Amino acid sequence: MVQITSPAFKQNAARALGDAGLQKALGKAKGAFLQRRADAVSRLPEFEQLRDIGRDIKNHTLANLDFYLETFAANVERAGGTVHWCSTAEEARATVLDICRKADAKTVTKGKSMISEEIAINDHLEAHGITPVETDLGEYIIQLRHEHPSHIIAPAFHLNREDWEADFRRMHTDLDPNRVFNERRDILAEARTKLRSRFLAADVGITGANFLIAETGSSVIVTNEGNGDLTQTLPRVHIALASIEKVVPTLEDATSLLRLLARSATGQDFSVYTTFSTGVRRPGDLDGPEEYHVVLIDNGRSNMIGSEFQEMLRCIRCAACMNHCPVYGVTGGHAYGWVYPGPMGSVLTPSLVGIDKAALLPNASTFCGKCESVCPVKIPLPNLMRHWREREFERHLTPRAVRRNLGLWAWFAKRPGMYRLATRAAMGTLSLLARGKGVFRSLPLAGGWTEGRDLPAPEPGGTFMARYAKMQREGR
Amino acid sequence: MTKDAILASIRRGLKRGPLPADQRAMLEGRLATHPRHLIPARSRVPRPEQIALFIRNVEKEFGSVARIAAGEEVPEAVADYLAAQNLAPRFVLAPNPELQALPWAEKPMLEFEARRAQATDAVSVQHGYAGIAETGTLMLPSDAARPTTLNILAETEIVVLRASAVIGAYEEAWDRLRRERTDPVTGGFMPRNVMLVTGPSRSADIEQTLELGAHGPRRLHIILIDDDPAALPVA
Repeated sequence: MVQITSPAFKQNAARALGDAGLQKALGKAKGAFLQRRADAVSRLPEFEQLRDIGRDIKNHTLANLDFYLETFAANVERAGGTVHWCSTAEEARATVLDICRKADAKTVTKGKSMISEEIAINDHLEAHGITPVETDLGEYIIQLRHEHPSHIIAPAFHLNREDWEADFRRMHTDLDPNRVFNERRDILAEARTKLRSRFLAADVGITGANFLIAETGSSVIVTNEGNGDLTQTLPRVHIALASIEKVVPTLEDATSLLRLLARSATGQDFSVYTTFSTGVRRPGDLDGPEEYHVVLIDNGRSNMIGSEFQEMLRCIRCAACMNHCPVYGVTGGHAYGWVYPGPMGSVLTPSLVGIDKAALLPNASTFCGKCESVCPVKIPLPNLMRHWREREFERHLTPRAVRRNLGLWAWFAKRPGMYRLATRAAMGTLSLLARGKGVFRSLPLAGGWTEGRDLPAPEPGGTFMARYAKMQREGR
Repeated sequence: MTKDAILASIRRGLKRGPLPADQRAMLEGRLATHPRHLIPARSRVPRPEQIALFIRNVEKEFGSVARIAAGEEVPEAVADYLAAQNLAPRFVLAPNPELQALPWAEKPMLEFEARRAQATDAVSVQHGYAGIAETGTLMLPSDAARPTTLNILAETEIVVLRASAVIGAYEEAWDRLRRERTDPVTGGFMPRNVMLVTGPSRSADIEQTLELGAHGPRRLHIILIDDDPAALPVA
């Protein structure tokens, strides 16, 4: 498994805030994603209705998940493919290694897949003498740098152009060391050339799956580069890795979700390549794999069904939640300490690795609600994070000082009269201390909190309740 | 068995056993009728506008379209495009009877072989199965006459598409495939591979800035044959 550094979220985040390169990369990228998504949504008046449809399709599938998985598996087998059911990451790794060994594989090309990060398949293959080659441009440089993706659809979100140039010079030592990268395009061209021979030499191609279709037994991948298609078309063996919640009933269901996916993710109306793979090369076909395997992975998801976290299984991995998250926007993805960053990760990671290791993640949120408002399948992310905070509290994982203060707050909150009295006193004091400055850069006893943030000073005019009561009296 | 363990765990979560027969029948009915959901209004327009929408969307996604009056003009359109792009008049052609029957001999400088694509092919000429106006997307199902490698290996892909094959929404393309194709292995309709292609290959992995020509074709050119009188532009 990928090393989990989620328990060190605070230190990770502090380091990220002080990383000038990271802050530069985050600053450049953030606005672009938001604007492109907003534009794509404004071009499709039915987008909001489609979100409801997407939610309903996923809910229907989850309520009948056993049926749709069995139907999917039967249809894969009818098309000459094999389905491997795996409960754990270990089982999935062993299964993939076994398929690669039977194929006598030396090198394996890989399309971008987050589940492959989750089961850490690259390390496992390498440890057994098989070379995995990431072919998505972002994943390729991440592999060169021995890092993990910092974003689920833009793995190299944290890098600047200078990093690309330096790494390419360092790793592609067969090329002229004095070559010039005038444009980003030159970096892209070099990667294209380097990876071409890898595509042609690979014995096995491993991809993820954005969807599985029960009706036809198809796995679907969505890419812009075409690397996933080269990966699953050229080698003799294609392995699709997919978690169990990727299945949907029909092509029509997948189509509706595809209308949401690219718009929410990159702000495209549709991705460049949306490809449906169904079984093995047919008689007479001139290309395509002779073996087709689907490795169907549970790894903790079936336990989420029937729990308060079931809704998380609707996620289609578009990354809109992290693109719009004010916390992700300043910490980047690595701070979250495991495979899935941002709001969706803050809900999913505790489910998959345990709340004891990931307790800080559901707390890394301002509950501003932006994630839920852009989620294409309407997952109530803040609410699910709140459920994790409750579980954390119940299990006494919350630090003692926090528990004590929460207890104090609860005492007042249950006594509205006392609460109003106390807030009025606190606001009066703060107003007095602020002396019209607007914000506090630091506060006594809250140095840790104000180190990374400013506290807005209360506006004049009293508490919300006092102002509300006044407006009621005045009949406004 | 792992399969049984996973299914049992799912059913535990759903607080039920395997589905009773009547509920299975209902779900099988849903699979058989595969109901459509909402189809965006943008493609629900008269034929000439549908074609115009298709072309507009292809161009928005950095593809190009040449509209010709009849199939016989395809060789000339291919030669013109390659000359305009300063590319050698050499390509791999989809071994498709409709494409092979075109009057290639009238353009003797064009060299081609009908086969799957190889890494050394700079240009491919593919047969388009359907065009989806909604987003300017091509549907390219694999078969012996439409190899997948032609969609991904060459730097330049030219797709020959009949205007009569341009439809509004993805759902209409699926229904056409359901109607027209029987798979020799499954008895269903899905071929081994169906690619929905929207414009040329690209990546935004470097600083979230779009660059064309990642691993797939850098150029996608569609030669659209006006074989549908109802779809001609209104004069």
